[in-house]
Amino acid sequence: MTNTNNIVIIGGGHNGLVCAAYLAKAGKNVTVLEASEEVGGPAATREFAPGYKASCAHLLNLLDDGIREELELSSNGLSIAKENLTTIALAKDGNHITITPDSVEGSGLTAEDKAAYAEYRRFMTKFAGIIGAMHNLVPPRITTDKENLVPMAKLAWKVRMLGRDDMRELLRIGGINIYDVLKENFDNPLLKGALSLDAVLGTFSGPRSNNSVFTALHRMSGNNSGAAGAASIPAGGMGGVMQAIAGAASRAGAEIRISSPVKRILMDGMAVSGVELENGEQISASTVISNADVRTTILDLLGARHVEADFARRVSNIRSKGNAAKLHLALDGLPSFAGLNESQLGERLVIAPSVEYVEHAFNHCKYGEFSAQPVAEITLPSIHDRSLAPDGKHVLSAIVQYAPRELGTGWTEGKAAFSNAIMDVLETYAPDVRERTVATELLTPQDMEKEFGMTGGHWHHAELSLDQFLMLRPVPRSAQYKSPVDGLYLCGAGCHPGGGIMGSAGKNAANVILADQ
Amino acid sequence: MTKKYDAIVIGAGHNGLTNGAYLAKAGLNTLMVEKNEHIGGATTSLPRYKDDWIYSNCSYVCSLLRPEVYRSLNLAKYGLQVVPYGGAVTIAENGDYIGSYVDPDKARREVARHSHRDADATARFDRDIMRQCRFIRQFLLRTPPDPTSFKPRDLLEMMYMGKEALKLGEDLIYDTMRFYTMSISDFLDEYFENPLVKASHSGSGIIGSALGVMSPGTAYILLHHAMGDVDGSMGAWGFARGGMGAISKAMYDCFTDYGGETLTGNGVDQIIVKNGRAVGVALENGDEHYADVIVSNMTLPRTFLECMDPKDLDPGFLKKVKNFKIRGSSGKINIALDGVPKFTALPENSELARGDMHLIDSTERLERAYDDWKDGIWSQDPYIDMLIPSLTDPTMTPPGKHFMSLFVQYVPPRIKGKDWTDQQVQQFADTVINQIEEYAPGFKDLILHMEVRTPRELENEVGLTEGNIFQGELTLDQLLFNRPIPGYAQYRGPVKGMYMCGSSTAPGGGVMSAPGANAAREILGDLNKTNTVPEGWLDD
Amino acid sequence: MRTVNFSSDHYKDAVFPSPFHSRQKQHNQLKEWTRWADYLSVPAYWCADMEYFSGRNACGVFDITPMVKHLVTGPDALPYLNRLMTRDVSKIKPGRVGYSVWCNEAGRVIDDGTIFHLREGVYRICSQEHQIDWFMTNMLGFDVEITEDTHDVAGLAVQGPTSCAILKDMGLEGIENLTPFGLTYFDFEGTELMVSRTGFTGDLGYELFIDPDYAEVLWDRLFAAGELRGIKAMGSEALDLLRIEAGFILAGVDFLPAMEAVRPTHTRSPFELGLGWLVSFDKGVFNGRQALLEEKEKGSRYNLVKLDIDGNKPAKDSFVYVKGGKKIAGTVTSAMWSPSAKASIALASLEAPLGQPGEEFEVEIYYQRELKWSRVMAPARVVKDVFWNPPRRRQTPPADF
Repeated sequence: MTNTNNIVIIGGGHNGLVCAAYLAKAGKNVTVLEASEEVGGPAATREFAPGYKASCAHLLNLLDDGIREELELSSNGLSIAKENLTTIALAKDGNHITITPDSVEGSGLTAEDKAAYAEYRRFMTKFAGIIGAMHNLVPPRITTDKENLVPMAKLAWKVRMLGRDDMRELLRIGGINIYDVLKENFDNPLLKGALSLDAVLGTFSGPRSNNSVFTALHRMSGNNSGAAGAASIPAGGMGGVMQAIAGAASRAGAEIRISSPVKRILMDGMAVSGVELENGEQISASTVISNADVRTTILDLLGARHVEADFARRVSNIRSKGNAAKLHLALDGLPSFAGLNESQLGERLVIAPSVEYVEHAFNHCKYGEFSAQPVAEITLPSIHDRSLAPDGKHVLSAIVQYAPRELGTGWTEGKAAFSNAIMDVLETYAPDVRERTVATELLTPQDMEKEFGMTGGHWHHAELSLDQFLMLRPVPRSAQYKSPVDGLYLCGAGCHPGGGIMGSAGKNAANVILADQ
Repeated sequence: MTKKYDAIVIGAGHNGLTNGAYLAKAGLNTLMVEKNEHIGGATTSLPRYKDDWIYSNCSYVCSLLRPEVYRSLNLAKYGLQVVPYGGAVTIAENGDYIGSYVDPDKARREVARHSHRDADATARFDRDIMRQCRFIRQFLLRTPPDPTSFKPRDLLEMMYMGKEALKLGEDLIYDTMRFYTMSISDFLDEYFENPLVKASHSGSGIIGSALGVMSPGTAYILLHHAMGDVDGSMGAWGFARGGMGAISKAMYDCFTDYGGETLTGNGVDQIIVKNGRAVGVALENGDEHYADVIVSNMTLPRTFLECMDPKDLDPGFLKKVKNFKIRGSSGKINIALDGVPKFTALPENSELARGDMHLIDSTERLERAYDDWKDGIWSQDPYIDMLIPSLTDPTMTPPGKHFMSLFVQYVPPRIKGKDWTDQQVQQFADTVINQIEEYAPGFKDLILHMEVRTPRELENEVGLTEGNIFQGELTLDQLLFNRPIPGYAQYRGPVKGMYMCGSSTAPGGGVMSAPGANAAREILGDLNKTNTVPEGWLDD
Repeated sequence: MRTVNFSSDHYKDAVFPSPFHSRQKQHNQLKEWTRWADYLSVPAYWCADMEYFSGRNACGVFDITPMVKHLVTGPDALPYLNRLMTRDVSKIKPGRVGYSVWCNEAGRVIDDGTIFHLREGVYRICSQEHQIDWFMTNMLGFDVEITEDTHDVAGLAVQGPTSCAILKDMGLEGIENLTPFGLTYFDFEGTELMVSRTGFTGDLGYELFIDPDYAEVLWDRLFAAGELRGIKAMGSEALDLLRIEAGFILAGVDFLPAMEAVRPTHTRSPFELGLGWLVSFDKGVFNGRQALLEEKEKGSRYNLVKLDIDGNKPAKDSFVYVKGGKKIAGTVTSAMWSPSAKASIALASLEAPLGQPGEEFEVEIYYQRELKWSRVMAPARVVKDVFWNPPRRRQTPPADF
């Protein structure tokens, strides 16, 4: 038993580590308890085949610049293998479209589409800035007292400051779907397909689902040392970023214990008193912070009986149907994609040939089926980082959708079939990919739920949508990183502002805790 | 033609008639122009089979019609009678059904037959819907504010809305925010466990919309169907005795009594603009009529893309009009029946057959119907809102014969991007008829005549662009101050002297008459005339 | 015999006869029926006022079968109930009954009812409103089973000073030893009869629960035993008079059940209903705890009070004014002329802090005499004690009246 001024953080994912680092920097006695052998959760870099490494989260696009600086992540080892990836929308005939923050190029594009892209980037970047400005905000409650009114008024003012026309446009499109907005602006199917993918990656939605403009904006809301939404490949895989954050936390004095799965949160009367590990060890603490998803935290680790029924109901109503699968291929050499040279292979490749294609892929998962023709975001990180694969060999890392958490036929049977469907699609773009593959790992949402403890295998812990955002995230009345139980706080992606390797939920939670103590 | 009017209203649908009636009541010399030979727009009762058979050809039930309008236009005096019909039933493929009874104990036991818990949860569901109804109803007869404006009027209205929202209390505000952004399917999951119970509530979330039950934003559409009432019974629906045309006829008689003139059989070819001001209309037959005020009850695209010269309009404005979402998603089949069809699942002479009948098992089945629409074909397993008004209203058909109204979803405006062919229209009707035949063997043999309306017919005959029954989709981008387009939500058009009063404007579609009434209030205000439009009755 | 039909042809009747229906019919001289939940219920058998006196003076019998009943079992029954209810359920020992309310997280009363601790770890909850959705929502995280068995149990309230003697004569040996809020079992015609010393009249009285198949024979034996002791069937109108005198509140009349409230501000907390004594903050988390703690700190919005009103006019639906008749203090929720207290009495919800014992108000009463309407502002004062609370209510064994 350690002393009771301890702060215990359940889960060494990036938000837990960020939270630990800030608290330790403020002089708190912090212990992070990570269930697996490595910190980082789904962002850890793991060896999936002998000599081949990959991390489930594979692109860095939201990590907060403030956190990067304040935690001195660079001096703690953060290094980027490749900045500002270009997006290449793959076409079967090799007539790809390359998309950068400033421009869009490709043989099939009209001047209108190119001009429309510039305008689209302009307003989307501007609107994403509004969401970006909320990242480091503890969501206000909707009451008329000053502490809540002031931040709400500030937000309203930011919206007004967009100017009349842009404000009207934000109010118009903010709640609708990317399909309609893309249709208003572009003609080229491939361009629309690729842009729509950004809106639906990691969410339970298709391009035609309302809220998908919001998710597109959310993805662009980071200030990841570059243009809005720009993605980069960290050295050492995403695990490299995790090591840097863990390093910052450790250096500030936080203790990080791996292989320490928490079994339950302990209560003394009405307040938390610590945690009990799976091995029976009890660690007392006056403050327990959970980086686990909110459902797991409240219903499994704490127990619904320790909170009021209305709150438990809201928690059990959190929507977290994950449907992004992760594919890792160990390749004995670079695959040949029609129309791509070697340096282009190192960019962000997307398979989303049209909005309709993406929508069709989504249709399946509504009924508990995997997409017959999946969409994918592909990287070959080993091109930029030789530590990830043996000499001359490569890793292909792809987010593949849609794969529902609950597959009608069950994943035991369905996995091979889904894997096949993905390879079939990949093959139409890279005919030799099957031959080059020496090992395959496919993680379905069910696998990720099991491995990382995220309910539904959802990488945002809770569906990212307007009804689960800001003061509604994870649930109304508990959007301020506090649970109703004294001493129990929440810092995971299920909290505002959501998932992606951002760290803001962890930082905001740390600020709330420091203000409380 | 030289006679100059104070106002010209284009389109004698229920909103145009409402608008015209209030203008005429205020003493304005008002002309109504209508392209069809008959008035009513989508609110009609026309004989299409034999003289003694009438159909409610488009809109078919009444609930949303604002009682304030009903009373202030003396519609009862002009013969309008709205008769509530009890209940509804959802019939499943396996032969079971769930009925919605008027009697509260029957209603609860019927749900309990499927899930005891859901029977009790229904009370919670109804309560939460009622809370949303109470909140929104007070804004129906108000002009939306412009949130980007600093004008005192807009600021005051924004403050009023804020104040009313705060009155809900913190928890209800969160509920409201979630309600407006959720899908009906997710929303129902928070109340019910039984698939049939969920299915029975889900149809209201998609009727008239280009969304599926799993699309966020559909919970609001449920509200749009629940916020009406018949004599204070919120959410209740009724038949206008004599078909829906009885509503437009009463309005027309009122309008005429106040001195309004009407020209039918000639559509507007062009709204005449001179020196940046709308001054009149040119009709298809070449006649021109002039007035100080031109009010369009047509859809937004029809008004600005078909009846105005693009030179008179700002290109930015035109782009917004082109981007207006008005995709049709429904069809209508009106049938003359030789007798009452017998549904295998329902008991003989069930009172449930007098209300809305649906053939659906689950929200999933409904969502699949939507997938077809997205691909540009009509649903192969469609959602049907089926009614036999003549069981309640004896005036519609000869004794023993019946009129059946089928509202069908989803039906695309075009088939795979191409215009409907007559053969496809017939195939669509067959899909629907075969579906019903499965649940009511022998149904086909009862059919004496059919009027089939896909979005093509709805557009050609009634003027509803793409056949969208709400004159524009009811999504967040087109609600309240966003309707029809941001900056133009206060019923004024982009040129002086021009107004909009159709369902394209706030608060949207349904036979509600609120847009027509609200536009009239704005017009009368601009003309410094005495306001004849009533204020909304507030509930406390 | 379950009488309520839940099969697919239930719709043929809106309401169903209670298991006592054949006997109620014999007594129902007025041939009037009203509905209570799924059942036919009797508003008055022959004269509501006379039935009231049967209840106060001898013995009145009221059919409580339609009352919603739930059975709670399983290893977590007690912790489950303690999280659900505001009061400390662990204090209700086996064989005892407790009155309680339950709240939502806003601390507003969802319903009130009685908790019967039938056997170790087995509870019955009786309530006015249907609760299964809420009770099941509360199950998350508890190993507990809940069934609603409303229609499987027939119930009779046997109330009044001669009730004990009648039950004894009927053969319930030792019934006189049952203390208030106790419950016990008897063998009755080969089945189990559960009897609790509870009721809604504020007097000596019992509630009997039995398999519906035995309902008629129970009724017959009861009335045979009570013939010489003034037993009478009693309707809901008489019961309403009895409960107001006893100061008992009624859901939907004296407070708005929170689950039904379209206007959440119209609901009441336990404190606002004078039921603060049912709130136990020291037992751990329970629904409404946080909100009720805050209310305790900040103060409540309303007080539910008992008013003793001058004169003899019942103050139905009246407004209550601060003395002087200008400022409204609140409204009457239940009112009657009390034949037993010989007073015009009322329950009223007043805006806090108004409503302290002894405080004086004026009540605006509208009444008519032979169709001529008059209005009177009657002086009234808040009283602390209920209007009817005789020692015999608590006396064990009760005297043989």
